[in-house]
Amino acid sequence: MSFAIITDLTTNVDWSEINQATLDTLFMLGFAVLFSTLIGIPVGLILFLSSKGRLLQNKWVYNILSFIINVLRSVPFIILLIVMIPTTTMLVGTSLGAKGTIPPLVVGAFPFFARLVENALKEIDDGIFHMAESCGASTWQIIWHILLPEIMPSLVASITVTAIALVSYTAMAGTVGGGGLGDLAIRYGYQRFQTDVMLITVVLMVVMVQVIQVVGDFLVRILRK
Amino acid sequence: MINIQNLSKSYKHKKGSIKVIDDINLDVAKGEVFGIIGKSGAGKSTLIKCLNLLERPDSGKIIVDGVDLTSISANELRIQRQQIGVIFQHFNLLSSKTIFANVALPLTLQGNHSKAEIKAAVDEMLSLVGLSQFANKYPASLSGGQKQRVGIARALITKPKLLLSDEATSALDPQTTNDILELLLEINQQLGITIVLITHELEVVRKICDKVAVIDKGKIIEQGNAFNILLHPKEPLTRKLIIEEESDKYLEKVKHFYQFEKHPNKHILLLSFVGEATYQPILNTISNETNAKYSILRGELDRIKHMPFGQLLIEFDGDEGSLEKACTIMRSMKVHFEIVH
Repeated sequence: MSFAIITDLTTNVDWSEINQATLDTLFMLGFAVLFSTLIGIPVGLILFLSSKGRLLQNKWVYNILSFIINVLRSVPFIILLIVMIPTTTMLVGTSLGAKGTIPPLVVGAFPFFARLVENALKEIDDGIFHMAESCGASTWQIIWHILLPEIMPSLVASITVTAIALVSYTAMAGTVGGGGLGDLAIRYGYQRFQTDVMLITVVLMVVMVQVIQVVGDFLVRILRK
Repeated sequence: MINIQNLSKSYKHKKGSIKVIDDINLDVAKGEVFGIIGKSGAGKSTLIKCLNLLERPDSGKIIVDGVDLTSISANELRIQRQQIGVIFQHFNLLSSKTIFANVALPLTLQGNHSKAEIKAAVDEMLSLVGLSQFANKYPASLSGGQKQRVGIARALITKPKLLLSDEATSALDPQTTNDILELLLEINQQLGITIVLITHELEVVRKICDKVAVIDKGKIIEQGNAFNILLHPKEPLTRKLIIEEESDKYLEKVKHFYQFEKHPNKHILLLSFVGEATYQPILNTISNETNAKYSILRGELDRIKHMPFGQLLIEFDGDEGSLEKACTIMRSMKVHFEIVH
């Protein structure tokens, strides 16, 4: 009987469509996190190393990069989605669907992530740099053997935070023809008043965020020795 | 081993600049333990950072083992730095790496050692500092003293000819400080490595230094053998730094306590003796030969590195003649003395 109630309450729901949308969201999320990380780490490193008093101190590089990042971070994501349509089409051939959502997701997330990386690097004690230089380490060696291993736990925590921010970004992308759960929520839940579909997509996204947080926390705990 | 010539360094800030190192000349011989002592802000930290060019001086030469560090390229400098081990006040261990990996780091960075070579070298170093069983632990699980041992092992892994110690014991408790100093001394004797250390703790100088330089306001105000500087400091500032907390304070009390004007025959003498003189019956000889009476107000017997020394503050009760005689005796026994009153 309880089962009957559930089917009754979810008459509008097409489960295969939900499945596909979930996979689409995971696809967007996966690639967006991957590329945001791959771009954000070097950008964060350059920001840090070029800042005042650091190994590659360079006022111009720091100020310009910092300005670009601030600009990107202050543009509302929904605007970014639209502004980027030509670029996105150029990069991946379409501005629609899950694939067409990845470039704006990355551009929306990597500046945020780069700042998190920069902050993590700032936390490293100055003494560590003295030690590294005293050992005769080159800048590359300092990055590879010292900075990256030292910030690994914070890096994973930052990836977790970024991934969670990206979950809601993917949903927003639904409004301009991106795929995934957000798209479903808007087309069925909002435009056709199918509240049950909207509820299910929201529940799925809550679950996603929970899983990301729990896994992220677990990894940080293992890494922090 | 180290030859510093006319070293100067100033820091610029908004309103002009401050000279932190002011025309310093210094020589450190091979195998020596050389202490640089000074108050905080005296410039000692900057000086030791200049020794491996972590701080670049404005002018002057720093010649380490025949190479002038100020005149070589960045690449050559990196190679020279690998020959200079450094230990730090706050250890500066990598929290993400095991003790093994921390100690191995300098060799890993050199990049031309096989895994087996590195393992052999690290194992040897860890056993030297007594931490073999901690190889796979992380720094967070170690005590301060153990962390500094790891720091020492890391500094020595490249078999450097010179070890710089930047307040290495200042963050440790007295017992641990003692252990670390003993370890440093052992290393100095076993490996023949030259050690330059900076400190504000007199105890460190007393325990392990052969030579001492006293630095104040960026200048070396006095340098020489450790026991000479510690027992007979010449410069008022050195005296203040070295004796202040000991004899002088006591002397003030004594002067206050004894009303000298009522006892014209009473004198206060400060005797200090080093080495063999320590074991002579000085006071006994004096009183036998002069008929003067004495009482000991304060006394100390200790060692400066391996050199035994003693310092006695005595009240001497006798006329001018016997005082003069006493002085002759003390001179012949190689006892350094001051007639304080």
